[in-house]
Amino acid sequence: MSTEVKTASAAAVIKEPSEPLFSKKNKLLLTDPLNDSNPITVQVLGICSALAITVQVKQALVMSISVLAVMIGGNWIISLIRNIIPSRIRIIVQLVVVASLVILVDQVLKAYVYDVSKALSVFVGLIITNCIIMGRLEAFALANKPWPSILDAIGNAMGYAWILIAVAVVREAFGSGSIMGFKFIPDAWLITNGGFYAHNNMMILPPMALIVVGIIIWIQRAKNTALIEEH
Amino acid sequence: MKIIKNLFDSLRPSFEEGGKFERYYTAFEAIETFAFVPNHVTHDGAHIKDAIDLKRTMFLVIVATIPALLFGMWNTGHQHFLAVGELVGLGEGLIDKFIFGALKVMPIVIVSYGVGLGVEFAMAVYKRHSVEEGFLVSGMLIPLIMPVEVPLWMVAVATIFAVVIGKEVFGGTGMNILNPALTARAFLFFAYPTKMSGNLVWVSTESKATVDGYSGETLLAQSINSSTDYIDQAGTAYGSVSDTLMAAFMGWVPGSIGETSTLAILIGGGLLLFTGIGSWRIMLSFFLGGLSMSYLFNLWGANPFMEVNPLLQLCMGGFMFGMVFMATDPVSAAQTNMGKWIYGFLAGLLGIMIRVFNPAYPEGIMMGILFMNVMAPLIDHYVVEASINRRMKRVTVTT
Repeated sequence: MSTEVKTASAAAVIKEPSEPLFSKKNKLLLTDPLNDSNPITVQVLGICSALAITVQVKQALVMSISVLAVMIGGNWIISLIRNIIPSRIRIIVQLVVVASLVILVDQVLKAYVYDVSKALSVFVGLIITNCIIMGRLEAFALANKPWPSILDAIGNAMGYAWILIAVAVVREAFGSGSIMGFKFIPDAWLITNGGFYAHNNMMILPPMALIVVGIIIWIQRAKNTALIEEH
Repeated sequence: MKIIKNLFDSLRPSFEEGGKFERYYTAFEAIETFAFVPNHVTHDGAHIKDAIDLKRTMFLVIVATIPALLFGMWNTGHQHFLAVGELVGLGEGLIDKFIFGALKVMPIVIVSYGVGLGVEFAMAVYKRHSVEEGFLVSGMLIPLIMPVEVPLWMVAVATIFAVVIGKEVFGGTGMNILNPALTARAFLFFAYPTKMSGNLVWVSTESKATVDGYSGETLLAQSINSSTDYIDQAGTAYGSVSDTLMAAFMGWVPGSIGETSTLAILIGGGLLLFTGIGSWRIMLSFFLGGLSMSYLFNLWGANPFMEVNPLLQLCMGGFMFGMVFMATDPVSAAQTNMGKWIYGFLAGLLGIMIRVFNPAYPEGIMMGILFMNVMAPLIDHYVVEASINRRMKRVTVTT
C-alpha cells in the first residue's frame, strides 16, 4: 500500500530453484519483521487496531491469531495466483481474497470464542483494511513464491502480535490489575474497599495505548540504533 | 559560605575525570551550581551578559508561589476545621490551622520534589548531560494543583509520568511541548478520577463526623446547579454574589491546595511581572479571554453555570493559577509577541468554555492551557510567516 513497504522488502525477488526451506534469506523473512522492520514500531502500520483492542491480553491474543491466519492465507493464495492476476485489478483481487478469509475467521471466532468476538466487535471485520496485510500482499506476495510468502506472512504477523501483546500486558496489568483475566491485585487493596490502590483508568483509554507504543519505540530505538534516522 | 565552598572544592577531584565518582559528575555539578553561581565563561557565539541564569529564574518563580503555598496550608486547615465544626471563625486558631495544613501539604511537596528530582538526576547520569533545572518549578507547581486528599503514591506516579513522558522524551528541559505540572495533573485526572474530582477530595476530614449540611463541594460544583445560592463549608449560604466573590477572591473555599486564593496568586503574579519573568502579554490576554467568554455565556444564559457573574467565574477554580503560573511557562507558551496575545486569549477563552460546556471537566482551564500548549508552535509559525510576508512586500528588487 505505501511506498516504504515496497522498498523495505524489494530484495527477495527471484530465487534459485533448489533453495533449502530455511535458508538464510528465508530465515530473515521470519526474523526481520520482529525487530528491524517491525510493522507497528518501524513501519507504523496497523496502528488503529493496536490502539483499539489492547485493553485486555485475551483480545490482543485473539486478534493476533486472527491476523496471523488471514495473513498466511492471503499471502499464500495471492502468491499462488500472482502470475494470473491482471495488474490493473490486483487490489480488488487482493480485497476479495482477504475479505473471504476475514469472514471465515469471523465465523470461527463467533462459534468458539463468542465473548471475545463481541469485545472485538468491528475490529475483526476491519482486518480487511489492516494496512499490514494489504502491504505484504502488495509488496511481497505478488512478487514471490508461495513458501517465502508464507514465511513473510508469519514473520510480519508475529511482529504485529508481539507489540500488540506487549501493549496489552501493560494496559491490562495497570488498567485492570489482571493478566489474561487472572487478577493479581487483591480486591481488598482497592480504595473503594478501604485499601490504598486504584486501577489506572487512563490505561483503559486509547491515548495510553499510543503512549505505550511510543515507549516501546523509544526502547527499541535505544537498543537498535540502526533505526534512528539521520537528520 | 566559605565552609561550603571549601567542601565543594575538596570533593571536586573525586568527581572529575579519572576520579572515583566520575560517573556522577553531573549530579555533583548540579548541586554545586545550585549553591554558587558557576564560574564558567562562554567562549564564542553571541551571548547575553546578565546576572540571572536559569536556576535563579526558576528560584524567583518558586518565591512567587510561596504566598499561594502558605495560604494553601492555612486554608487546608481552615476547611478541615470548618467541616468538623471547630474553630469556625476566620481568625480563630490561626496556628492550629496552619500546622494542620502544613502537615497535610508538606508530604505532597516532598514526594513531588523527591521523585521528580530523582528521575531528573537518574536521567542526567544515564544520558551524561548536566542536570537540568526545569523541575525546580514543576516540583512546586504539582503539589499546588493537587487536591489535598490525593494519595502520595499517585503524586509520585504522576510526577514520573510528567517528567518522563511530558519532558524527557522530547529532549528534556526547554524542549517539552506540554507544561509538565499540568501534564501531571491531567494524567491524574484521567487515571484516577475518583481521587481528583468529586466532593470528597478537596477537604481532609480525617474521617471525623462533619457538620450538618456539609457537602465538600467546590464553588465550581455548586455553580452547575445554581449561580446565586452558594453555600460555605459550614453549611450556611453566602448572603450575596459579592460575599461569594469575596470568599473566592480571598480563597477560603475548598479547592486544590494552591489555587483557591486569587489574592495570594496575584501577589506572586505581581512579583513575576515586576521581575519580567512572567509575560504580561500572556497574563493580560488570558484574563481578557476568560472575561469575554464569561460575558458571552452571561448573554447566552442557557443554564445556571452560564449565568455566573464573570468576575466570580474567573476567581473560581484554577483560572487565576493557570493564568499566572501555568500559561506563562516560557517553554510551552508561544514565543512571539503577537503569538502570546493569541495564545493567552484562546487559552483563557477555551478554559472557561470547557468548564461550562462540560461540567464533567470542571477544571477546563487545565485542558484549555494544555490544548493551547500544543497549538503554540503553530501560532508562532503563522505569526513569523505573516511577518516575513509583510516585510517581503516592502522589499524592492534592484537588478
